Amino acid sequence: MSEQKSIATRESYGNALAALGEEFPNLVVLDADLANATKTLTFQKKFPERHIDCGIAEANMTGIAAGLATTGKIPFISSFAMFAAGRNFEQVRNSIGYPHLNVKIGATHAGITVGEDGASHQSIEDISLMRTIPGMTVIVPSDDVEVHAAVRAAIETDGPFYLRFSRAASPVINDGADYHFEVGKGITVRDGKDLTIVACGNEVYHALVAADKLKEDGVDARVINMHTIKPLDQDILIKAAEETGRIFTVEEGTVIGGLGSAVAELLSCKHPVSVHRIGIFDVFGESGSWKELLKKYKLDGDGIYEQIKARL
Amino acid sequence: MDKQKLEKTANEVRKGIIRAVHSAKSGHPGGSLSAADIYTYLYFEEMNIDPKNPKDPDRDRFVLSKGHTAPGFYSALANRGFFPVEDLTTLRHLGSYLQGHPDMKHIPGVDMSSGSLGQGLSAAVGMALAARLDNKSYRTYCLCGDGEIEEGQIWEAAMFAGARKLDNLCVIVDNNNLQIDGPISEVCSPYPIDKKFEAFNFHVINIDGNNFDEIKKAFDEAKATKGMPTAIIAKTVKGKGVSFMEDQVGWHGKAPNDEEFEKAMAELERAAG
Repeated sequence: MSEQKSIATRESYGNALAALGEEFPNLVVLDADLANATKTLTFQKKFPERHIDCGIAEANMTGIAAGLATTGKIPFISSFAMFAAGRNFEQVRNSIGYPHLNVKIGATHAGITVGEDGASHQSIEDISLMRTIPGMTVIVPSDDVEVHAAVRAAIETDGPFYLRFSRAASPVINDGADYHFEVGKGITVRDGKDLTIVACGNEVYHALVAADKLKEDGVDARVINMHTIKPLDQDILIKAAEETGRIFTVEEGTVIGGLGSAVAELLSCKHPVSVHRIGIFDVFGESGSWKELLKKYKLDGDGIYEQIKARL
Repeated sequence: MDKQKLEKTANEVRKGIIRAVHSAKSGHPGGSLSAADIYTYLYFEEMNIDPKNPKDPDRDRFVLSKGHTAPGFYSALANRGFFPVEDLTTLRHLGSYLQGHPDMKHIPGVDMSSGSLGQGLSAAVGMALAARLDNKSYRTYCLCGDGEIEEGQIWEAAMFAGARKLDNLCVIVDNNNLQIDGPISEVCSPYPIDKKFEAFNFHVINIDGNNFDEIKKAFDEAKATKGMPTAIIAKTVKGKGVSFMEDQVGWHGKAPNDEEFEKAMAELERAAG
């Protein structure tokens, strides 16, 4: 885990698309006037003929992608998570999900780390919304390495994918030689026997920081990087419940319907243990720097540590 | 196919609509009947399609954006040979592949699932765009309802198609003038429809959408139009071909009972001559 190398996963997303454009000639990238922010501009510079700016019309972009997919193209549509999943929910549901079309949704600026733009642009509901759609794969990569692996997997796997990226920089944590990404397979990034923290996205890093602090108190926490929210890795969760008991989930989004809910839904019937969800508790975000916001909403290492400690 | 043959075929398509909706005890006969002549012309004359090879990558595409008029679409497909005409009476029944709204996963000849109003035109634009990206010559057709175009996404799609000069795209608006809550001019008037599409950089053709001479002329003109997409505003009669359904908003989404079914079928038999 090297804190010095940090890169926003939206940046990694643009780089991954650009890197894979040549290998996959059917790859097309659509944006809705945010190419500079979603970083699809990186792809556009290399493959201008396969980058389609749809203007500020996300619903239409989604439908165009569906039409392109019926002809064998592999379209990625990009916008902020608020619009890609929120404004677009029914378009994604009916034009992509229902016909199970091969469209990939690259949603950037997810969660409260959007920062200064404030609550109107801080999507905390997108994981919950997208995982309700039958056949939708939902992935929240935790760093640069994982984004590249996830984008490749999305291209190589038929069917709709929702990929969630952040605006703020994430430290690289998956640069170990043994790193292996597989859709639907969680990764134990730290072993432990007293409790398990299940996190996704940039919260995996913060969960690791919290686990270090718990260690100082003599609490041995396991940390699972649950990059795929759907389909959820049942085996790794049941094993963790059996071996460590108590589970804590951490996500940069609402605790209603997201990763925490998915984990609780599974364990409540497969191996009931105490599941405590850490995330945004039924409130909207607000303006501020992303670091201040993570601190205020107790989603940085200190905040997660505090919340877990309070329940031990 | 000459005009008389087209009219005969359209009459068969209309019979299929009535049979399907009667059997389903639900569905949308009004807008299916108003567009029956357009469906017939598209599938028996205009489009480059092969019922034996419905997934041919070079085929022309069709998106039924006003997906609730699936009975008309299905009847045209069945009569053209994509699936047995007898199956039309399984419409909306549990276990049937003929879902209430077009389902591309299970129905031969359906290029795009649709039914949620406003979304089909965007998909059609995507298909037309794909043809351009791949240097293919197939054309894409999209049928919209005149009430449906109250949806904002239609105009997002129209703006894109006009801006990108997608001349391989042809939009048809079934202008039967009725939506569920009443005449479109009274509910939330989308008129003038032609001027709106013109403003979005479409070539616009106004026709009588229940007249095969005019339908043929419009589609020929659309194909010959370069540098911009075409919108055909087809003035039609809702419920066309069944006297008691004609221009009656009540027949938008209602199935005929047994007595009404017999009466409608008798009328269509007589029209067949």
